[in-house]
Amino acid sequence: MGRLLILGAGIAGHTAAMHARHRLPAAHEVVVVSPNSQWNWIPSNIWVGTGYMKPEQVTFPLAPVYQKLGIPFHQARAVSVHPDGSPERPKPFVTVEYTSPERQGQTEQLEYDFLINATGPRLNFGATKGLGPEANSLSVCTYGHAAHTAAALKTSIERMKRGEPQTLLIGTGHGTCTCQGAAFEYLFNVEFELRRQGVRDKARLIWISNEAELGDFGMGGMFIRRGGYVTHSRVFAESLYTERGVEWITGAHVKEVGARESIYETLDGDERSVSHDFAMLLPPFTGVGLKAFDRAGTEITTDLFAPNHFMLVDADYRKKSYDEWSPADWPETYQSPKYPSIFAVGIAFAPPHPISKPMTSTKGTPIFPTPPRTGMPSGVMARQVALNIADMMTGRATAPTRKASLAHMGAACIASAGASVFNGSAVAMTVYPIVPDFKTYPDTGRELRYTTGEVGLAGHWVKHALHYAFIYKAKANPLWRAVPE
Amino acid sequence: MPLRKPFEQSYYPPLPTRWTRYWRTNIPWQFLRFLLLNVKMLRMVRKH
Ligand SMILES: Cc1cc2nc3c(=O)[nH]c(=O)nc-3n(C[C@H](O)[C@H](O)[C@H](O)COP(=O)(O)OP(=O)(O)OC[C@H]3O[C@@H](n4cnc5c(N)ncnc54)[C@H](O)[C@@H]3O)c2cc1C
Repeated sequence: MGRLLILGAGIAGHTAAMHARHRLPAAHEVVVVSPNSQWNWIPSNIWVGTGYMKPEQVTFPLAPVYQKLGIPFHQARAVSVHPDGSPERPKPFVTVEYTSPERQGQTEQLEYDFLINATGPRLNFGATKGLGPEANSLSVCTYGHAAHTAAALKTSIERMKRGEPQTLLIGTGHGTCTCQGAAFEYLFNVEFELRRQGVRDKARLIWISNEAELGDFGMGGMFIRRGGYVTHSRVFAESLYTERGVEWITGAHVKEVGARESIYETLDGDERSVSHDFAMLLPPFTGVGLKAFDRAGTEITTDLFAPNHFMLVDADYRKKSYDEWSPADWPETYQSPKYPSIFAVGIAFAPPHPISKPMTSTKGTPIFPTPPRTGMPSGVMARQVALNIADMMTGRATAPTRKASLAHMGAACIASAGASVFNGSAVAMTVYPIVPDFKTYPDTGRELRYTTGEVGLAGHWVKHALHYAFIYKAKANPLWRAVPE
Repeated sequence: MPLRKPFEQSYYPPLPTRWTRYWRTNIPWQFLRFLLLNVKMLRMVRKH
């Protein structure tokens, strides 16, 4: 009998737990550790942030689902990994600290045979002075943040209804942010909501982003066929921003967020400021900061984790210039090179390098998006890793056999641009591969047949349908496996 | 939509015509697009 220990119960960790439990005979244990008692369908947090949904509609308690599936659940935060065990405990283990009200602050050592790190991001608001809900800006990264943001938006709308003009600044709060797609969705949902509430003429909407150009989304943008041309997503993005009356500031590293004014540096090295009454700015991400120790208790964190605290896996981490990047740099099995029983999936693994071309300002400040790891690829890699581990635990394989490289994987992204059944819209995109391959597709980096984008109401219906489908699946309701990742 | 002023950022991007905007919320057409989007997404799923 073996034990698979999974750290994190987000999109990646929960998917891994469900597939591993389904695949493994009952004699093997699947155990989940996560500090939050709730599961959250994060892509719908943007709708909580406009008041279109309530936090209860995007969350559900994890414990009953894990009880139904026969998965022991520890509501706790992993603190350190001990891959060689300790003198008292010869097996590898993870030290966890409980966050549940009954066991708050208690620690325990949980042994494992295989470990999946799916701890997602730490929201690094500290990277920019004044950034974050504890300071001067808002966020939609968690359902709690999003609910707080919805209340602030409501106040702003009330002011506009009283005739006060408002400036709303939405985007990324640091030069190295990722997840531009989420901020983009929030921007256009706010714009839609302002129109719905009849106050659009009172609002100045400004997008601020570390993307060198609109439509980059941390993927270096994409080319699609439209109207007899092969056109870059920048053109479509600029069209949408113009159509909806949104101004944009790109290539910006936000240095300081004040209560009414923020300061940013641009790629040309200028320092500028922008005034605002409302600011929703996403933070940069790092890993959650797990530590690692060897048998003697000596710290070996750098053997397992990159300096940004994401976990090192089977990627090619050698320093390379943009021109030297290759699809082969991207991990395939997500296995730790030093400790083969450890894997990292979702946002928790360390990407080898960005996808967008790295840019620095004339003052040397890095201003470019770090690579996005969206829901679909996070779920796919989690499933593949869980199935590989299940095969290794049952003796069907001695090494991972399934691969899930972002350089050979496609993704569908539905970016909501207004929530309404009859006049809402979304930008529906598919890309293949996620990481562009300029050797195979020299002109565009991607397969044009599978790289598409369109704006319309259908995208909103899809986004809505996915909301229900993924929550249905995550609750492990009957036939959950029929819903793809 | 803001007034377009020469050399400002919103002066250059292509804007959808009324016709394009109409089809974006035309229910029967969007229903077809919905079916097609599902096919496209399944194609992506199959490519893993
Ligand atoms: C506002 C927003 C909107 C988004 N919209 C979309 C979208 O429309 N489509 C899309 O594809 N993607 C979207 N994304 C991205 C998507 O949410 C991520 O790709 C996905 O959540 C990554 O999954 P994950 O499991 O790696 O991380 P998460 O989902 O963040 O899960 C991490 C888990 O680890 C737990 N954890 C944290 N610390 C510890 C610890 N020390 N020990 C144990 N557990 C820990 C957390 O509680 C959580 O359960 C969006 C992201 C944001 C922020």
